[in-house]
Amino acid sequence: MKVLVPVKRVIDYNVKVRVKADGSGVDLANVKMSMNPFDEIAVEEAIRLKEKGVATEVVAVSIGVKQAQETLRTALAMGADRAILITSADDVHQDIEPLAVAKLLKAVVDEEQPQIVLCGKQAIDNDMNATGQMLAALLGWSQATFASTVEVEGEQATVTREVDGGLQTVKVKLPAIITSDLRLNEPRYASLPNIMKAKKKPLDEKTPADYGVDVAPRLEVVKTTEPEARKAGEMVASVDELVAKLKEKGVV
Amino acid sequence: MAVLLLAEVTDGKLNRDATAKGVTAAKQLGEVTVLCAGASCSDAAQEAAKIDGVAKVLCAEDALYGHRLAEPAAALIVSLAGDYSHIAAPATTDAKNIMPRVAALLDVMVISDVSGIVDGDTFERPVYAGNAVQTVKSSDVTKVVTIRTSSFDAAGEGGSASVENVAAGENPGLSEWVEDKVAESDRPELTSAGIVVSGGRGVGSEENFAIIEKLADKLGAAVGASRAAVDSGFAPNDWQVGQTGKVVAPELYIAVGISGAIQHLAGMKDSKIIVAINKDEEAPIFQVADYGLVGDLFDVVPELTEKL
Ligand SMILES: Cc1cc2nc3c(=O)[nH]c(=O)nc-3n(C[C@H](O)[C@H](O)[C@H](O)COP(=O)(O)OP(=O)(O)OC[C@H]3O[C@@H](n4cnc5c(N)ncnc54)[C@H](O)[C@@H]3O)c2cc1C
Ligand SMILES: Nc1ncnc2c1ncn2[C@@H]1O[C@H](COP(=O)(O)O)[C@@H](O)[C@H]1O
Repeated sequence: MKVLVPVKRVIDYNVKVRVKADGSGVDLANVKMSMNPFDEIAVEEAIRLKEKGVATEVVAVSIGVKQAQETLRTALAMGADRAILITSADDVHQDIEPLAVAKLLKAVVDEEQPQIVLCGKQAIDNDMNATGQMLAALLGWSQATFASTVEVEGEQATVTREVDGGLQTVKVKLPAIITSDLRLNEPRYASLPNIMKAKKKPLDEKTPADYGVDVAPRLEVVKTTEPEARKAGEMVASVDELVAKLKEKGVV
Repeated sequence: MAVLLLAEVTDGKLNRDATAKGVTAAKQLGEVTVLCAGASCSDAAQEAAKIDGVAKVLCAEDALYGHRLAEPAAALIVSLAGDYSHIAAPATTDAKNIMPRVAALLDVMVISDVSGIVDGDTFERPVYAGNAVQTVKSSDVTKVVTIRTSSFDAAGEGGSASVENVAAGENPGLSEWVEDKVAESDRPELTSAGIVVSGGRGVGSEENFAIIEKLADKLGAAVGASRAAVDSGFAPNDWQVGQTGKVVAPELYIAVGISGAIQHLAGMKDSKIIVAINKDEEAPIFQVADYGLVGDLFDVVPELTEKL
């Protein structure tokens, strides 16, 4: 079976985010960009499914600016077999909304016919946590979000999900959408030889027009502001002083 | 304008706190109808009817909704959607699972984790781990939103809404519940607790987490954890506070052996008072703490527990 893994190119999680002074957004020019961490986990899981003999082919897809090619090369270096880049924006500041991403992914799924789509649970830039669920809706497929374990047997997958109350296990019929949570696995690093090999793996380039999908946003970003900053308070020298301060504030 | 608010119902029980915070937000958008769905949910519906500001409660009682599976829940909501300008839910893991599916079925964008309401079309939401706040204006006919509960106070008692039963919707038959692993605890719930004590990698082991738990119990507090503590197996996943875990805003947050990575701060920086205990005086957590104490947590925390 084929596994499709959508990977997003986002600001690296270690970079300090700066809001532009004119309120138009976050400054993404000349900052380090990386694969969304949840998508690394998804790629790793897909590769493990292949290593277990469950999956036969792992296809990575990215939607965004043409530099997302680098993100796809990372996925290929980790072990994905081929990649599809859907160039949908000229400017890195132009984010494609989950609904549009889901529509493009649906078109790719219609062509590729994977049995599993393994997404990240959340892109760490827009923090939407929506694309996998939206894609499942558009396809009429089952969904198992926030996965911490995945077991595929025959026509179904058993997935343990991280939920507010603890853990929930569900069985979903394939084809299905699964979204990765942090504890699903620890992604591997690509080795140098594999990075070299990845350069030769196939990478198809497409546009939204090829799939007839309108990516115009439904949400207009009116402005982007910095949140209220917290000021550092005071250092206390002892537990006694801390207790006294907290009593003074009436919180204990 | 009319709002359909999905109540948080688990095993027949209403999560009143999350639902009532959702009501406070939903009230700003229009008349509020609360939807309770579950294998049993009439008690939850009766309780929801008493929340101040609720005009009507719909009760969908059917085995189909017993385990909060997204596929049947989304189908039910979509079947009711026609009467409402807004469909909302508190941003719990259940709602995060269900609401984007609802939105896509209606061909609209979901607006996740709303922290402020400007008007019926315009919402504020944190992005980039809370490092920026976006104001977005929706051009969709139906607005599907999830509400960040830490940004709204819970609505009070005093409502007397009518409760109406609704028939179950179709069964998409796509997924099946196997089991829930829920730790029973007498402690307050993390997202509604007045005090939260959290431990990080510095705590060192699952056994050592007892130090954190003792302090929490002395204070009647909930226990939280950093991602590193959860990843290392010191604490269960549902204790994780942060960008991709739970968001809390208690009166008092005590961070023990936590460095203060931005992803952790995203989940607790709206707390009223923050206390940090860390042996590294350079730890970034001190930059957001109201009171910082540099010291070894294995000395400081037991002493603090004793002296409170
Ligand atoms: C996609 C993504 C999502 C993430 N989501 C989250 C999230 O939701 N929540 C979250 O918390 N993190 C999250 N993280 C992880 C985050 O980046 C940090 O790695 C994590 O918060 C660090 O946890 P920590 O502070 O416990 O560990 P560390 O950074 O290792 O800090 C441990 C601290 O303990 C102190 N210490 C050690 N021993 C003692 C002692 N004896 N006494 C006192 N102090 C001591 C040290 O000085 C240090 O400051 C996420 C990361 C990614 C990439
Ligand atoms: N532009 C994109 N290109 C590829 N995959 C994406 C894109 N946007 C979102 N995704 C996938 O959807 C997941 C959830 O993203 P989001 O719904 O935006 O939080 C990500 O972890 C990716 O797996």
